[in-house]
Amino acid sequence: MQKQAIFKSKLLPYALVAPQLAIVLIFFYWPALQAVIQSFLLQDAFGLSVSFVWFDNYVELFSEPAYFETVVRTFIFSFAIAASSLSVALLLAVMADKPLRGGAVYRTLLIWPYAVAPPVVGVLWVFMLHPSLGVLSRYLRAAGIEWNPLLDGDQAATLVILAAAWKQISYNFLFFLAGLAAIPKSVLEAAAIDGARPMRRFWTVTFPLLSPTIFFLLVVNIVYAFFDTFGIIDTMTRGGPGKSTETLVYKVYNDGLIGGNLGSSAAQSVILMIMVIVLTGIQFRFVERKVTY
Amino acid sequence: MANVTLRNVHKTYTGGFEAIKGVNVDVGDGQFCVLVGPSGCGKSTLLRMVAGLETVTGGEIDIGGKVVNQVEPADRDIAMVFQNYALYPHMSVYNNMAYGLRNRGMKEAEIKTRVEEAARVLELSAMLERKPRQLSGGQRQRVAMGRAIVRQPKVFLFDEPLSNLDAKLRISMRVEIRKLQRRLNVTSIYVTHDQLEAMTLADILVVMNGGQVEQIGNPLAIYQKPATTFVASFIGAPPMNLMSTRADEIKSQLGGRAGEAGILGIRPEDLVITNETPSGGVALSLTVDAIERVGAETFVYGSRAPDAQRVAATPGELPPGEVIVRIPGTEAPAIGAKIRVAAISNKLHLFSGDGRTRIEA
Repeated sequence: MQKQAIFKSKLLPYALVAPQLAIVLIFFYWPALQAVIQSFLLQDAFGLSVSFVWFDNYVELFSEPAYFETVVRTFIFSFAIAASSLSVALLLAVMADKPLRGGAVYRTLLIWPYAVAPPVVGVLWVFMLHPSLGVLSRYLRAAGIEWNPLLDGDQAATLVILAAAWKQISYNFLFFLAGLAAIPKSVLEAAAIDGARPMRRFWTVTFPLLSPTIFFLLVVNIVYAFFDTFGIIDTMTRGGPGKSTETLVYKVYNDGLIGGNLGSSAAQSVILMIMVIVLTGIQFRFVERKVTY
Repeated sequence: MANVTLRNVHKTYTGGFEAIKGVNVDVGDGQFCVLVGPSGCGKSTLLRMVAGLETVTGGEIDIGGKVVNQVEPADRDIAMVFQNYALYPHMSVYNNMAYGLRNRGMKEAEIKTRVEEAARVLELSAMLERKPRQLSGGQRQRVAMGRAIVRQPKVFLFDEPLSNLDAKLRISMRVEIRKLQRRLNVTSIYVTHDQLEAMTLADILVVMNGGQVEQIGNPLAIYQKPATTFVASFIGAPPMNLMSTRADEIKSQLGGRAGEAGILGIRPEDLVITNETPSGGVALSLTVDAIERVGAETFVYGSRAPDAQRVAATPGELPPGEVIVRIPGTEAPAIGAKIRVAAISNKLHLFSGDGRTRIEA
């Protein structure tokens, strides 16, 4: 049965949704439209003239090897962040799901990091792993590791991935915990009676039953790694050393706001926009199917 | 094939709640044992202890001559049917049944033979490729049964397997379960709160209350000679009428027999509407309060004289002074009528005042 509110005035329903529509239009559609228009324009170095150049910005972008390096780097970052935060979160959730003394406290503590803002996460990790100030750096050096993320690009990348993944663990943990709670206890008991040892029980029953949660989180984590890591990168490395931690989002900022190449920056954001639309589309399709096992 | 023996089994939860307070049960090879009792009496806990899903905090559980207190559920050679079926939702019917066999490293060819045989018996052959969510409640129930029988275990455990089914299906599944168990001749322990299910299925009936066994025995023997007032009122529907022997009306009729007995019980079907008082029997005066006609029989709800209503018999389900009479057919007295009902002497059940002991006349 369909529930339908009856309004006497035809204008009232529109008036009621107007504030929300205004926000969406002004803060989302207007800038998005601006970006699309901008991506077709070219400005001279002094900002005195603007010319319409069709797809020149895109053509130039795709002919630039540095752009593809950034694309590949972003994908590596995303999968590294998603894989590490998902697996650690799953491990923690499975352990926290057991009836423990003080389990509620333990679970609450694990959720805390989610409340920390990304730039703060960046600062936190920078301090811990700063080559001359960091607490952890001392131990690393003591262990004979030449640790200097300010100079070594791979180490800087590792650092960013660590911080970004750490921040996302809480979020994933929360969903995994809910996912685990939704698995009927009797199904696991039946598996135990059916002769499955704990590890086999996990891989043949728990894990498949969690697969909808895992898929949902995978998409959310990739989107997070693509876009929300800006704050972390900005406070930790500013994309450096060199370009070793510059992801697509950071490149948009670097080229546009720092480099002043608004046309190319806009073209990049349009491409990112298309990526989000695709990812969200995939997610909706699967979430709507509800049961994926 | 195995005996299952529980010796002085206790279960105390951390926090001190004692769920099982010393239970002794002996289930012979191939017998069908039913644990029955109200919710919270510990029957499911006891079953889960036999399965190995709950730890045993005292006493011994013995399956086939081996104490299994410390043995993992997987190694007890038992199969269990759960109330909510507990099927693996992501596996097909075939894989649901094959899972336990694969875990034990059985060859695929042998698994196929066993699963197909079980599917044939349970009429599931056409549904082997379906997922549990595509099945009806009765079909899921049969898959759960199938998962138990393919394993050919020493013991079947059933935890209220029929309580999620509708009334009609429940009766037919009850008959199916009994037939199947007879044919396979596997020792079974079955938990239910439904006394009718208990009566019809059991070789041995174990009536439980408050973590203790009230009575063990053949279902009919329990019905005919309940050991306590709890059993008397729990087994049989409508329940046995329990009344205090302190009421003058009863005291005078019982005479010497009333001595140590505090409670008199009479089953509704043992009361006859008559003006005569059988020698050695008991007659009661009732005012008819309500009539229930169910077709083949009629239940008459009557209340006794105000004097008798003041004296309540201990744990009865009936309000003090209320008496149910079960008469065949549909002929019944009018509401408000004064009637006399009587029971003959060997239909009287006498219990001690606290209801814990049966007193044989």
